[in-house]
This record gives sequence, C-alpha cells and structure tokens, in this order.
Amino acid sequence: MANTGWDEFEIGAMLRTFEGEISDIATTLQEDRKYTQNSSFSASVADWRIEKPVFNKDYCIDCQFCWIYCPDISIISRDKKMIGIDMDHCKGCGICVEVCPTNPKSLLMFPEVADEEREIENWPAKEKKEK
Amino acid sequence: MSEMKKIKNLKEFSTSADRFEGANLLCPGCAHSIIVREVLNATNDDLVLAASTGCLEVCTAVYPYTSWDASWIHIGFENSSTAVAGAEAMYKALKIKGRLKQPDRNPKFVAFGGDGASYDIGFQWISGCMERNHDMMYIVLDNEVYANTGGQRSSSTPIGSSATTTPSGSVSYGETKNKKDMMSIMAAHNIPYAAQVAPNKWKDMVKKIQKGFATEGAVFINAVSPCTTEWKFDPKDTMHLTDLATDSLVFPLYEVIDGHELNITYRPKEKDIVPVEEYLAAQGRFKHLFKDQYKYLIKEWQERVDANWVYLNRREEARV
Repeated sequence: MANTGWDEFEIGAMLRTFEGEISDIATTLQEDRKYTQNSSFSASVADWRIEKPVFNKDYCIDCQFCWIYCPDISIISRDKKMIGIDMDHCKGCGICVEVCPTNPKSLLMFPEVADEEREIENWPAKEKKEK
Repeated sequence: MSEMKKIKNLKEFSTSADRFEGANLLCPGCAHSIIVREVLNATNDDLVLAASTGCLEVCTAVYPYTSWDASWIHIGFENSSTAVAGAEAMYKALKIKGRLKQPDRNPKFVAFGGDGASYDIGFQWISGCMERNHDMMYIVLDNEVYANTGGQRSSSTPIGSSATTTPSGSVSYGETKNKKDMMSIMAAHNIPYAAQVAPNKWKDMVKKIQKGFATEGAVFINAVSPCTTEWKFDPKDTMHLTDLATDSLVFPLYEVIDGHELNITYRPKEKDIVPVEEYLAAQGRFKHLFKDQYKYLIKEWQERVDANWVYLNRREEARV
C-alpha cells in the first residue's frame, strides 16, 4: 500500500481514516478512535526534531495556551488538564514554550538527546521581575 | 446536533476532540494548522471540507496518508470553493427530495484556500460562490505569498516584501504593489457575513466562526497566517508575529455584516499599539527596508496602516 505510485491508484480513490462505521468523531477522543493506516495519526514526524519540549507538571497551571497554539496536535489535554506531549507528532517548533505564561516556564526546550528526568530535576528557578 | 457548541473559556475548549491529525507535513511552527484546529474545534457538527492546492492541501494529504478526520475533498488550485458549493447544492436538493440518509444531521460546508488560491487563481470562482450565496464558509489562510511553490509574490503580498519573483536588491525594494483589499471586495458581494480573524485571538476567532456557521448563506473569513519559511522568522515566534500583526493594526480584526455593517472586534489600547516598524523588523522579508535608501518606506507603511484604521473606525461609526 505504501509503495503504490502516484499513477497507480484509481481516480476518485477514497482514503478511510477509521475502521468500520463511526458516527460522532467530534465527540470521540483520539484514544477511543480506531484509526486505519491511512490516517497520518498512524505516522510519525518525531525524526524532524532537533530539540524537544519537556513538560514539568509542577509549575503547570492548566491555562491550555499550549494546547490551543500547538500546530501539531501534540499537547494532550484531557478533562481540562494538560497531561503530556505526543512525541510522535511533535516537530519541536517551540511555540508551546513561548506561550507558556508560568514563572518558571512549565515547558522548556532541550536537545533531543537530553534526559527528561534529569532536566526536570535541574529545572531553572523562578525568575525575579526586574523593576 | 445543530445546537451551537458552548465554548466559554480555553479550559472548556480544550476538551474538544481534534478532527485534524498530527504528522501532517506542514513546517514546524506553521500557523495554518493552528487556524484549521480553531475552526474545526468550534463545532461538533459534521463537516464537509475542501482545500485548494497550497501548503495546507499538499501537506495534509500525502498519499497514502490524510490528516483529516472529516469528509475532505482533494481538488484543484482554483475550485475548492465551487467543489464545496456543489456539495452544498446537492445536499440541499437531496434534502428537499427527502433522500438524505441522516436528515437530522446538519453538516457545515467549509472550503480552505491560501492567499494565492483565493486572491489570484480562484478569485472568480469564490466570487461566484459568494454571489450565488451558497450556505458555505470560505476561509483564506493568508500568508501573503505562494509559500508552497517557493515564495512567489501573490496579490496579497504587501509593499516592500521581498519575494522570489520580486526580490529586493540595489535597484528594487521588492514588491511594489499594495495588498489587495479582499475583505472589501467580498463584502461588496453583500454576503451575510465576512470577517477578518487571527489565530492568537482564539476567542474572537471561535466567536466569528460560530457566527459564520449559524449564518445562512455565504461566509467569507480572512485569517492571517504567519509563514516561518517565507516571512523568515524563527518557528517558535509564530504567535509573537501574529500578536505583532494584530497589535500594530497591520491586520485589524473586524467583521462586515450584510456587506455594510462594519464592527471592529479587537481594539488594542492606545498604549498597547505597537509601531509598524516593530512588525516589519521581526521579519526577514522586510530586512532591506532598514537600509538608509529604503527607510522612507517604513514611514509610508505606518501612514497607510493609520489611514486604514481611521477608515475602519469611520465606517464603524457611520454604520453604512
């Protein structure tokens, strides 16, 4: 399927993103959907990243700015709480870090190879406001 | 289903289940998908979508993948508007004939297009859809350049911008023509609703989109979409750039109802208005304007933006 050339598939071809019948996608969360291989949800762009965002939930105030401004649907929010980052689809653009309003930020960019637990341990301290 | 989705605050909004998927191939930091997400999440109704050729189309439908969890049609450069209008006309006809399988569902018809597909190539087709007043929404993702094909100028490219077909250099300051005033042209079709939106003002945007969905008839939306590749800024600064665009009034947020009633929906406080110079300085495509020989253009920019703001305010006041 992945090897089908551009001139080999039928005109008017249809790609189905879900297995079987599905009625209300708008109210079905991603973990409850039955994706097919045709949905880009099944693919990954993780190898685009040079830097990755690391989430420190100790400072998060669940404002959801990162959720709304994430271009890659990679901020996972459930029940009005930010619970983590979808590392398969994050391209490492860094918008979430820029829009994070807490002090210190609850999201920071680190090199892709960085160890998450260690970075969270050494999280920067609160910055004092300059007067 | 036709009841409007209630979105009071961002926390409530964040419980939405996205119908646009990741691992699309848009550049990191692209504003297109932020806009698309805000539009799709504004409703729980079924959607019939199309996208004109452009970044959004080629990046979200790379065979064998698709990033859309709604009916979405892959169509030509010029005719996403008419494809959706056709689907809408068919839906209406089947409804009258009583041949709909699920008559109680209330699908919304939305077409997306870049500024090249809307301001230039699909212009006549959109005009037709607006004139026939189909019950649909057309959304322009306005990044002011043909970003997908390598950054050629479009009729949305503003003065002084360096594009690959209007490069800046010793004899030219880049694009010499002013940006086409698409909003006025579309409003002149006397469509029920036309609005300009920006992704950073999500509440304003969702309100306008929901208003558009509730409106019967053609709706035109113009959304500013900063392009990290062609505007030449760091991917992480997308929202900062959008803030600059709205707060410098280069991209004022307003709506036009029934072609004449203009309302300004975002009015930054006097002290919060940033000089246009700051907006220009944040982007690589305007870098040359800060050379001595072209500096006069920055002043002209500011005057143009001020004049436009005065014009909008007077239109709002006059209610005509």
